[in-house]
Amino acid sequence: MRPITIPISDEVIRSLKVGDPVSLNGVMVTGRDAVHKWLFETFIAKTRLPQGDDLEVYEAIKPLLNGGVIYHCGPVVAGLDTKEYRFVAAGPTTSSREEPYQGEVMRHFNLKGVVGKGGMGAKTLQACQEVPGVYFHTIGGAASWLAQSVQRVFGVYKLEFGVPEAMWVIEVRDFPAVVTMDAHGQSQHAEIEQRSRRVLEQLIGLET
Amino acid sequence: MTPDLTPHFLELIRLAATDLPPDVEAALQRALDQEEPGSAAYGALATILKNVELSRANQTPICQDTGTPIFYVSHPEGWSTRKLRQQIETAVVQATQKSYLRPNSVDALSGKNSGNNLGGHYFPTIHFEEVEGEVLTVELMLKGGGCENVGAQYSLPYEALKAGRDLEGVRRVVLDAVYRAQGQGCAPGILGVAIGGDRGSGYYASKEVLFRRLDEENDNPELAQLEKRLTEEANRLGIGPMGFGGRTTVLGTKITALHRLPASYFVTVSYMCWAYRRRRMIWQNGRVSFE
Ligand code: SF4
Repeated sequence: MRPITIPISDEVIRSLKVGDPVSLNGVMVTGRDAVHKWLFETFIAKTRLPQGDDLEVYEAIKPLLNGGVIYHCGPVVAGLDTKEYRFVAAGPTTSSREEPYQGEVMRHFNLKGVVGKGGMGAKTLQACQEVPGVYFHTIGGAASWLAQSVQRVFGVYKLEFGVPEAMWVIEVRDFPAVVTMDAHGQSQHAEIEQRSRRVLEQLIGLET
Repeated sequence: MTPDLTPHFLELIRLAATDLPPDVEAALQRALDQEEPGSAAYGALATILKNVELSRANQTPICQDTGTPIFYVSHPEGWSTRKLRQQIETAVVQATQKSYLRPNSVDALSGKNSGNNLGGHYFPTIHFEEVEGEVLTVELMLKGGGCENVGAQYSLPYEALKAGRDLEGVRRVVLDAVYRAQGQGCAPGILGVAIGGDRGSGYYASKEVLFRRLDEENDNPELAQLEKRLTEEANRLGIGPMGFGGRTTVLGTKITALHRLPASYFVTVSYMCWAYRRRRMIWQNGRVSFE
């Protein structure tokens, strides 16, 4: 397992290839459906005017995302009443739901890494080549185990989105993942999908 | 008289969320033994098994998506389902406070999370059924969102797959559903399949059938055979744990058949992720046990 420190340089990103096991170290920000929609509409497409603390949060997360990593995760968090937050369970959520936004979010913030499960599509793969960036796949459902890699919760933005949808700023150590989409246009997900398609066609006698 | 079972319901939720049933853990272990040591599939399954152990030891959720809590309550004559519902809801709130459950109930219109896992009549989902005898049985399944999203319903005939109104047609569409799911539903999954019914009852039954144990053989020999075949063929797809490629895409298949209208032939597939959290509580003569 190759240790990777966040923020990640372009050089390190380009050296990563599909299939590489890594362990991530540093500060990550969680973000899933509500966050991606909000970021995209408010700051990228600008179809929605900033409201409430939007601009403050934007300024606060910009340096964290620059060269940084976003984690598609809706954690179980203890200490909500005392604000002494602790991650109890923190596995990845399905990344493909962010496909409409992810590429643009990567470009806008110079985001180098996306952590999630299930992989993403062609638009994100394109952004991985341009930014450059990579997709880190981690184990869906392995929530207690992954929560152990979360050393510290620095704080939370947009808690009004709900606990699973908020942006939690966390420090991870030895967070395990595998590169499944790289900055060279390779995607393990596209490959497995094509291979399984061929087997499916054989199994149901629809070979072309 | 309906006794107060709230603390037992809380225990049922804790058990379901943090302690994977033995038949599922054994199936994951068998899957691990079949994968190539050193492969990504092997690594994924080894991590999954470590996580299962850790969750049990620390009483923390196996997966952070603690899903929709779906309760099936079979109660003797004379029990108040209104009181049972209140008790279950109280236990759900307590389980959320104790971090056994993530606040998971979101208003579809405002997007607001209720914060306590309650939300209208369907969250949590509770089915009641009066049964003969004096035993109360409560089954609980936690059905996560990632795998729920890859469930599918087909109306046969389904031309694109040349799937007609017979078991061969069923086989075709179920394999298609597994292919479409790829690793997104946290493979290796378990397939709950309902043949027939209408669009509503089909989904209902495709979840209910997932309460059967993995090693339980289907009473209907034809369906038993189809279950085996589907599991075996789904595994040939090579999607593998988490979609990393590998030998295990599906741990098992459970099929049930319902009556249908002459005009309709639905095949409904509920995909259950490897975090197959289901537990049972039995109350008899004031004594409670869990399975
Ligand atoms: S599909 Fe299952 S294991 Fe995967 S994240 Fe959802 S609930 Fe957890």
